[in-house]
Amino acid sequence: MATSNQLTIEFSSLSENLSFARVAVAAFASQINFTMHELEEIKVMVSEAVSNSITHGYNNSPDEKVKINAVIQGQNFHLEIEDYGCGIEDIEQAMEPAYSTSEERMGLGFVFMQSFSEYMNIDSVPEKGTKVTLSKSAASNTEKNYVTN
Amino acid sequence: MQLHTSIENHTLVINLYGDIDMSVTENLRSTLEEKLDNEPVSNLLIDLSNVEFIDSSGLGVILGRYNRITRSGGKVILTGLKPQVRNVMELSGLLRIMEEYSSTGEALSNIS
Repeated sequence: MATSNQLTIEFSSLSENLSFARVAVAAFASQINFTMHELEEIKVMVSEAVSNSITHGYNNSPDEKVKINAVIQGQNFHLEIEDYGCGIEDIEQAMEPAYSTSEERMGLGFVFMQSFSEYMNIDSVPEKGTKVTLSKSAASNTEKNYVTN
Repeated sequence: MQLHTSIENHTLVINLYGDIDMSVTENLRSTLEEKLDNEPVSNLLIDLSNVEFIDSSGLGVILGRYNRITRSGGKVILTGLKPQVRNVMELSGLLRIMEEYSSTGEALSNIS
């Protein structure tokens, strides 16, 4: 049976916590066979999702909470980033590249999350919040190591 | 994040240090705007050799300055891209519209 491990962190909706969040999640994910490149991609996914929660979910209010739940099952990594903010009215529109309500934001947050994960799902209810679920596998690296060894 | 600025060959040279995410972008944006308002430069060179991490909020700041500089006929040049930075830059399409050199010296010698 595959080994299972779990991490839950909840922190204030402050941009100062972005670095802590992505480093903590990447350190947790490093327990399985991810490459350095893949761990950097996980950091980007966390940074983008938490930034969205702070900026869009809470409109930069510092008194709210962002919750991250990460699970390792064998060589599979599952990640949930959740806020209890205003939610997303039109998820399809929010996921379009370059969609942004601000001229200096590139609207690439979901593009990066989707590109760097193998599975992405967004659950959002207006005035209730948003949960982004992402999965990424390190199994192919295990296979490569097995073959080369 | 920290930054160091200088002016060489009509170019504002920005050396960035540290991670670039939403926690620093407002400060970075206002600092760059102030420099561009007050210095008679044509081009902007951003040295990222001491930046290990950047996300879309950081790319947005660079794109905003690119729009400003190119409107007046200047160039935005990037140097010293580390693997993570290059990965998101490529995915964003910014590397298709900006010039890139391996070092600041090489970039400055190629600015016409």
